[in-house]
Amino acid sequence: MKYEMILVRYAEMAIKGKNRKHFEKQLEQNIRRQLKDYADVKIKRTFGRMYIELNEEPLKEVCELLKDIFGISSFSPVVKTELNEAAIAEAALMVTRDSLNEKEGSFKVAVRRINKKFPTGSQEMNQRISKAVLIQMENLSVDLHQPDVELKVEIREEAAYISGGVIRGAGGLPVGTGGRALLLLSGGIDSPVAGYLAMKRGVTLEAIHFHSPPYTNERALQKVEDLTNILTRYGGKIKLHIVPFTESQLAIHQQIPDNCEITVMRRFMLRIAAEMAEQNNQKALITGESLGQVASQTLDSMYTINSVTAMPVLRPLITMDKMEVIEIAEKINTYQTSILPYEDCCTIFLPADPKTKPNEKKVSYYESFMDVDEYVNKAVEGIRTIELTGKREQDIEMENLL
Amino acid sequence: MIYLDNSATTKPWKSVLETYTQVSEKYFANPSSLHPLGAEAERLLMQARKQTAELLKVAPEEVIFTSGATEGNNIAIQGAVNANKGRGRHIITTAIEHPSVLRTMNHLEERGFEVTYLFPDKEGRVKASQVAEKVRKDTILVSVMHVNNETGSIQPIKEIGKVLTNHSKVLFHVDNVQGIGKVPLNIKNAGIDLLTISGHKFHGVKGSGVLFAKRNINLVPLYFGGTQERALRAGTESTAGAAALAKALRMTLDREPENRNMKNRLEKLASELSKYNEIIINSPVLRAPHILNFSVIGRKPESIVSALAEKNIYVSTTSACSSKDSEESIVLKAMGLPEERTTSSLRISLSLDTTDKEISDFLKSWKEIYYEVLKVGG
Repeated sequence: MKYEMILVRYAEMAIKGKNRKHFEKQLEQNIRRQLKDYADVKIKRTFGRMYIELNEEPLKEVCELLKDIFGISSFSPVVKTELNEAAIAEAALMVTRDSLNEKEGSFKVAVRRINKKFPTGSQEMNQRISKAVLIQMENLSVDLHQPDVELKVEIREEAAYISGGVIRGAGGLPVGTGGRALLLLSGGIDSPVAGYLAMKRGVTLEAIHFHSPPYTNERALQKVEDLTNILTRYGGKIKLHIVPFTESQLAIHQQIPDNCEITVMRRFMLRIAAEMAEQNNQKALITGESLGQVASQTLDSMYTINSVTAMPVLRPLITMDKMEVIEIAEKINTYQTSILPYEDCCTIFLPADPKTKPNEKKVSYYESFMDVDEYVNKAVEGIRTIELTGKREQDIEMENLL
Repeated sequence: MIYLDNSATTKPWKSVLETYTQVSEKYFANPSSLHPLGAEAERLLMQARKQTAELLKVAPEEVIFTSGATEGNNIAIQGAVNANKGRGRHIITTAIEHPSVLRTMNHLEERGFEVTYLFPDKEGRVKASQVAEKVRKDTILVSVMHVNNETGSIQPIKEIGKVLTNHSKVLFHVDNVQGIGKVPLNIKNAGIDLLTISGHKFHGVKGSGVLFAKRNINLVPLYFGGTQERALRAGTESTAGAAALAKALRMTLDREPENRNMKNRLEKLASELSKYNEIIINSPVLRAPHILNFSVIGRKPESIVSALAEKNIYVSTTSACSSKDSEESIVLKAMGLPEERTTSSLRISLSLDTTDKEISDFLKSWKEIYYEVLKVGG
């Protein structure tokens, strides 16, 4: 006797009226993609929920992957049994044990008898199953109102289905239902988290990174590729656009007063990213900024930086404390990579006293001595794009060695 | 050849050696070098670390690559006591540890530390209650091996870890050289702070090992240099050694279900050998699946080892690391066994690759040489 399928629930989506079909389709597609290594898995949609038939594929591994798919509110492994009381009782016991994980707790049994040929009525079955489980488990009690485990038994024509444990899903909306946006990915702790949260609301992501060789090295770029690869776990393949930024940065360093350098650099980044997003038909930029975290993230700074584009800039972390961001970074597995100490383009020419209240007019005046458009266009033209799908070729080679 | 001395060392697996040579050739750069070649070597080292961590169910930064168990044990023990000697100078260990632990303890005693040696019962096992009795306010370290290298006896690591949860400042070190892949041990559940393994005991290459050192644990390094391996083990990393270890560990743990067969083979050996009147099994009933220690009363074990070697069969008198020094087994003596047993012991140790045929061939040869040796000796 074992778990043969997984029942998938998606609460928030179910209320989205006419769009529901679209959402469900996308979710099904996302689940398929996430489970592509498990060839025998089959997915079935019924009204308001989905069933994943395991067909001998490993339950635990599949569950782990489901936890990272946005749009799933919760899921439950289901046992299929023959249509007789002993088999159902045995499955009920197993499911209750697994759900409580050897701890004490309470449960309730809810039998639905769809197959009216089954000899025992659902009320009677409720009692019999409860009794059978209670006898076997010392630390178990019945609680009809707030049970730790709600054991669901469905008696159908072909078989009985028993489920109990409810595993929390990632919530949110399926990636692919929330439009397209471009993430400014630096390699630090914040931007991958911002990308993750954007995906949580269904956004399809591409990422843009500013690379300034020889001031930033291969390892820094590698780190960004790694972070992008980690993010693919939550949203499928992601395109990474690598901007050659050295020329712009050197020009800024030469032309702009030290304490405004960061502000101008950010304005350049935003211009380049916005241009790229425009070309890719993306409707927003996403950044990992959090209010007041550093000089360039004060309201004054953001105002001055943001004024170079009309493209919406989404900042999912804007009100979060650093610790809250780190907590998510650890959860989504980007933290360990983010803290690797390689210089990125934001830190190489860092002045001693960056302005926390840069004045937009002054900054524009400084920039008027530069051919901004030319630098921006050249950078955009020089963009190299790679598509990341979770693993690099070299990594697969290394894995084979291990 | 029938090789039955796998507790001394194992034969490296071919595919592990392939990894070793391929990595040595292709990823030869210094992982600390800035250039892309260095970056690739660093990345491979990182992947080896990650895989090892996953297999041990610990965090990657808790994996310190070493040159083997002797180094691992020394970094752990000396590092821990030197970092904590301000708080106390008392250490608890057992009388049946490997020389790389025991001699380190002797050295520390000369340096003014006080060491309590716990003695095992007749089954070769210390009890968690012994630790509870001996632990004091100034105890800074408890070091207990998981599986004894001579007898295969299994120490109650989890229980000792539990005792030590009430003494949160005492560090707990476990020498798991003989236990890894053979007897399951959950590092995190057992409250272990430091744990040592060695690659060549599970078909890796010599010169590679891992010290698990819990996050945030403060250790004083044995020697100083670069900041490799959390600055606990300075020196250019052996990328090939680390990769080979990660691979050997994966393959070993993949084959864990086969330990049952190994155990059956060992049981067969035990029951066949006990049919001889002069043979007494020293390994306890609760033992690891790969080690069988027994005494042949009145016989010189060395002559048996040589006689078997002539038939291309290789076994050991006592642990290889101490067998050159003394005729008496310190471990068996600590178990309180009489001299006739402590001076006549042999150790047979199996690997995952030992076959049923090798066992029956061994028993056949044993029968032949046994009476020869008896005759000569008697």
